Amino acid sequence: MERVAIIGSSMTEFGAREGEWIRGLLAQAGQACLADAGVDPDAVEHLYVSNMASGEFEGQTGVPNALAHDLSALPAYTARIDQTSASGGAGVYAAWQSVASGASSMTLLVGGEKMTHRSTAEATDVIASLTHPVEYKHGVTLPSFAGLTARLYLDEYDAPRESLAEVAVKNHRNGVDNPHAQFRKEITVEQALDSPIVADPLRLYDFCPITDGSAALLFAPESVAREYVPDDDYVVVTGIGGATDTHVVHERPDPTTMRGVVESSEVAYEMADREPDDVDVAELHDMFTILEFLQSEDLGFFEKGEGWRAAGEGVTARDGDLPINTSGGLKSKGHPLGASGVAQVYELVAQLTGTAGPRQVEADVGLACNVGGFGNCVTTTVLEGGA
Amino acid sequence: MTGPDEPTDGTDGGSTAGGDPGARSRTDGGDPADRPPLEAARYPDGSVTYPPHPVGPDGEAPVGTVDLSERTATVVTWTTSTAPPPGVPAPNHLAIVEFDVDGQPVRALGQLTTGDVGVGDEVEPVYAAELREPGAGIREPESQDWDGYRFRPVE
Repeated sequence: MERVAIIGSSMTEFGAREGEWIRGLLAQAGQACLADAGVDPDAVEHLYVSNMASGEFEGQTGVPNALAHDLSALPAYTARIDQTSASGGAGVYAAWQSVASGASSMTLLVGGEKMTHRSTAEATDVIASLTHPVEYKHGVTLPSFAGLTARLYLDEYDAPRESLAEVAVKNHRNGVDNPHAQFRKEITVEQALDSPIVADPLRLYDFCPITDGSAALLFAPESVAREYVPDDDYVVVTGIGGATDTHVVHERPDPTTMRGVVESSEVAYEMADREPDDVDVAELHDMFTILEFLQSEDLGFFEKGEGWRAAGEGVTARDGDLPINTSGGLKSKGHPLGASGVAQVYELVAQLTGTAGPRQVEADVGLACNVGGFGNCVTTTVLEGGA
Repeated sequence: MTGPDEPTDGTDGGSTAGGDPGARSRTDGGDPADRPPLEAARYPDGSVTYPPHPVGPDGEAPVGTVDLSERTATVVTWTTSTAPPPGVPAPNHLAIVEFDVDGQPVRALGQLTTGDVGVGDEVEPVYAAELREPGAGIREPESQDWDGYRFRPVE
């Protein structure tokens, strides 16, 4: 099997994109990605769109067809990839699979979501519609799952409340240097601890914002990549795994462990012939600060119950041993559902090709972990430089 | 296939594990006679899940049901959500609780009647005719039930 390379990447500005709608956002990232790679639209054989809920948010369905037409990428095979918040990661998986299988020699993946025209309550409800009926009727939201899990984690592992705030501070700091980020301002631990309660014990600064935006990646076999990219300056997907956990969150024996993260990463590490210690930089799904603890432990970066120490000790800072969320993460960069998993890989492509500007770290191996629901479905991807 | 020590069919009404069920009403609205069970499913391997699924963890269909509504449970964790979605009163107190069904832990998630609880507290299910306003949120009102059980600390 020939290795699968990423030969182009792009992302739009994330934030409140007033007057922009899903079709336009997807087209902006798609066009920019093709331009980045120097590939004509008619060379695209497969086109995937990662999107959770354009029908529910905006009343626009059929977005892959719309995008293929808008990009003049006809007659490419198209499909929408929905795995809720993990739609982007699932799209990376689908795009990788299309090239690895030989079905396509040029696959464009565009992830996007338009959300900010809805109120916070409405947007939260669209996302919460992924829950089981016995959860939904109680008014359960993704933030409330985070509150339930954070209380358990802090109690069980004797972690101080400040440790969650330190994740928010770190990721806001990283976002300052990301021109695509929704929030480009530093915050302090005190500000985070004094912000309003959203889902006790979590407060406003423990949560990512509601966001519009899109991101895109172009996949090709490595032999094709060499035709387009000089000096082998592309990135290769060396490992990828996907896994699913229970739909009903309370049926998990230990809510502080995300089995989907454990299982998807085991597959990805084995495929890449890598171990957690080999990872130099990671983009994790910090939709809530507590998720950075859970994923960094379930990916094997830290022992269970020890992940909370990392941000406070500077280990996961940009100049630490294992920088996490150099992009600012979902926390600072924003979380346009279907775009997030694609934008994680965009950041890692920048890091691995030395084009991350002020955010640049030393890295040969990158890892992205994209989580849907509350750990319900997960894609973990290992990326390395080409040739 | 059934487990050797499990009922093969029908409903296990359960027993009241603590407190006096007659001391306080276990119903908040609606006719108590119409109160449905808080129904969990029992599978051939002895495991019990709430809610029931077409097949259990062992891949086999349920062989019986367990009504959790007359039992008490322990609070595993809780939160108070200050920004609930449409049709849900704020603040919304929520907990994951754990029942002990003949040595099998069975968890449920639900609203609490109060935010004045702690991990490890004993709670009892209290029926509510409407946990959330049907139709206020995105989900089709006819697609699911809207009644159910909140959890109240046992006095």
